[in-house]
Amino acid sequence: MKSYKTKRAIGNAVGYIILILISIIWLFPFVGLVLQSFRSYATEYGGMVDYLVPKQFSLDNYKFLFDSSQTNYLLWYKNTIIIALFVSLLQTIIQLCVSYALSRMRFTGRTFLMRFWLILGMFPGFLTMICLYFLLKQFGLTQAGAIPGLILVSVASSGMGYYVCKGYFDTIPKALDEAAMIDGATRSRIFFTMIIPMSKPIIIYTALVAFMAPWCDYVFASYVAFGHDTSYNVAVGMTRWVWTNDYQGYFTRFCAGGVLVAIPVTLLFMFLQKYYVEGVTGGAVKG
Amino acid sequence: MAQDAGKKKTGGASRFFKAVGNGIKDIGVIFKEGDWKTRISYLIFGFGPIMRGQILIGAALLACEALFIWFMTGFGWQYLSKITTLGTVATKKVGRKTVYGDNSFLILLFGVLAIFAVIALIAMWYINIRENRKEEMLLKNGKKLPSNGEVFRSLFDRNFHKTLLALPVTGIFVFTVLPIAFMILVAFTNYDKNHQSPTNLFTWVGLENFKQLVSFSGAGIGPTFIQVLAWTLVWALFATFTNYFLGLAVAMLINKKGIKFKKLWRTILVLTIAVPQFVSLLYVMKMFANDGLINGYLIKWGIIKTYIPFWTDPLLARITIIVVNIWIGIPYMMLIATGLLMNIPEDLYESARIDGANPWQMFRSITLPYMLFVTGPFLLTQFTGNLNNFNVIYLLTQGKPQSVNLAEKAGYSDLLITWLYKMTVNDTNYRMAAVIGIMVFVVTAVISLVVYNMLPSVRDEEGFQ
Repeated sequence: MKSYKTKRAIGNAVGYIILILISIIWLFPFVGLVLQSFRSYATEYGGMVDYLVPKQFSLDNYKFLFDSSQTNYLLWYKNTIIIALFVSLLQTIIQLCVSYALSRMRFTGRTFLMRFWLILGMFPGFLTMICLYFLLKQFGLTQAGAIPGLILVSVASSGMGYYVCKGYFDTIPKALDEAAMIDGATRSRIFFTMIIPMSKPIIIYTALVAFMAPWCDYVFASYVAFGHDTSYNVAVGMTRWVWTNDYQGYFTRFCAGGVLVAIPVTLLFMFLQKYYVEGVTGGAVKG
Repeated sequence: MAQDAGKKKTGGASRFFKAVGNGIKDIGVIFKEGDWKTRISYLIFGFGPIMRGQILIGAALLACEALFIWFMTGFGWQYLSKITTLGTVATKKVGRKTVYGDNSFLILLFGVLAIFAVIALIAMWYINIRENRKEEMLLKNGKKLPSNGEVFRSLFDRNFHKTLLALPVTGIFVFTVLPIAFMILVAFTNYDKNHQSPTNLFTWVGLENFKQLVSFSGAGIGPTFIQVLAWTLVWALFATFTNYFLGLAVAMLINKKGIKFKKLWRTILVLTIAVPQFVSLLYVMKMFANDGLINGYLIKWGIIKTYIPFWTDPLLARITIIVVNIWIGIPYMMLIATGLLMNIPEDLYESARIDGANPWQMFRSITLPYMLFVTGPFLLTQFTGNLNNFNVIYLLTQGKPQSVNLAEKAGYSDLLITWLYKMTVNDTNYRMAAVIGIMVFVVTAVISLVVYNMLPSVRDEEGFQ
């Protein structure tokens, strides 16, 4: 009996050691990001150095970000928030509509539509970049108008990402619909007063995923807003600070900007984590 | 199962042709048996319904026809008529003025749009004829036609799907279907930096670009293509399975009885999902840079003399990418596995323990089969997702290190998708980018189809219940 207990204790100890190691590896980049954001670019050095903790803590980088005479960072931040909010709202609405139609209604062309979208989804998204750019340009939605343009592109094709949401609707028993229809409710009434209130977790999941995506959108955003500093989002604007040689000393400013981006998004995510887990698990099992 | 699917497909094709045949027969029969209102509807859409009081339906059909005629005469035809050559009049300079000729880009794009419009018109024509037939039959049987109000209200009830899908389908058509059709056609043209519209024309070249892709001599980029394709597949394989098994292991470790602070460990891991990737990946990229923190500390501590070229050595760059991807991917798999592991009935493990099984045996014969069964489709989507995992590669290396041995500025860590991106943005080599895009589609589609039919959960849906 005793040997069993010691064995178990050793097992747990090994487990803790591994977990602590994992935690260190996982946290290290974030700790580094925060620490380096406090290294002044003015009095110390803003580029790459071989030590982690700054010799002197300073808020110079943050002051730089908030100084609109030196950088458009605040504008980029505002742009990203606008894009994220609109995309999140509209994408959720569209996905709910598509999911309800495909999950609950049976009509000619339904399976064709689903198969067709599945095949369309296998084409790489960047393939169509030049064509989309041209289409947006026709409506004046590039460069200066890049923000509505980006919202339009992200929302327009979002109907194809209905899988997780439809999977959730499929689990709501059809008998409920039938009962409501016997009582004389129309399809639209069932949708608005029954299905939507029952789908809170999946609505939050869809909105959360849609909200987080624009924060990372570098590819298309940089293409559409090309050369027009005031319509960049944070990803496009700040990526330059890391890549370009002219911005050699901008690394710590990137860290500070990254911290400011990461804090609200991370908090939001942590706050809604429960729904996220529910969404990905459900989506993963149903495929 | 694969054979079954094949049978289904040929069945589908023959069914399709049969349906088309029946449709054509219907058109004739309806014309012969129909009254004059129906017959006029063959030319003027919605004439019959309007005459019968179905104003809403009739007006919608008529509007479609009017829209088509307006589009074609005002706009579509001038492009559609040139689609076989993509334009012949070049832009030239007369004195100081530039006289614009044909714009191949517009001809191709609006030509495709016009073709779609013609197809849509034929579909509307058929719907229009069927609608006439339906109304006639209803009247003949002495039934009443639905009133306009009823027709409108049905859009929120019986026909609610039409209302719901109208906007999404239109959006997908304009921003996905049309651009994809356009780009597929670009693969058969010589649209590149020497043939930029509107200053220069481009034209059809048949399969020339595909030949260049698989040609191993001269200007062919066959060797580079094979190299990039191989790395794409190897990457997807490693990225998917390292994340899967390590994520599963971490989830089991956290789930283990006797481990406390489960929530804390999970929260720490989940940080990499929460923090936007462009922040975390760019930071990690700088961390592993030649003058980055890791090399800095290793040199300071005297462990190495010169920096380790994490991103500049081809093999090392690839390994580092896979390792960093584990950092990104484990938490995601951990979240999924945690939920699923709880679904495995505890008594399975109990009885295994009584039979004297050790933890490894229990994992091999209970946990793993269950997980593989349940997450089969997930693994497949992860794999195809990794084939197109742009962010990780591009934010970490941008496909570098580049080499003179590779054509079209490809780098050793380039996936097909990042290569495509570079061709489009840096080189404006649209024709090859389109070819690569089609190749990505082919690879994705073939793998999906083959693997999907092999999945145990598809073959035997009830298997594990």
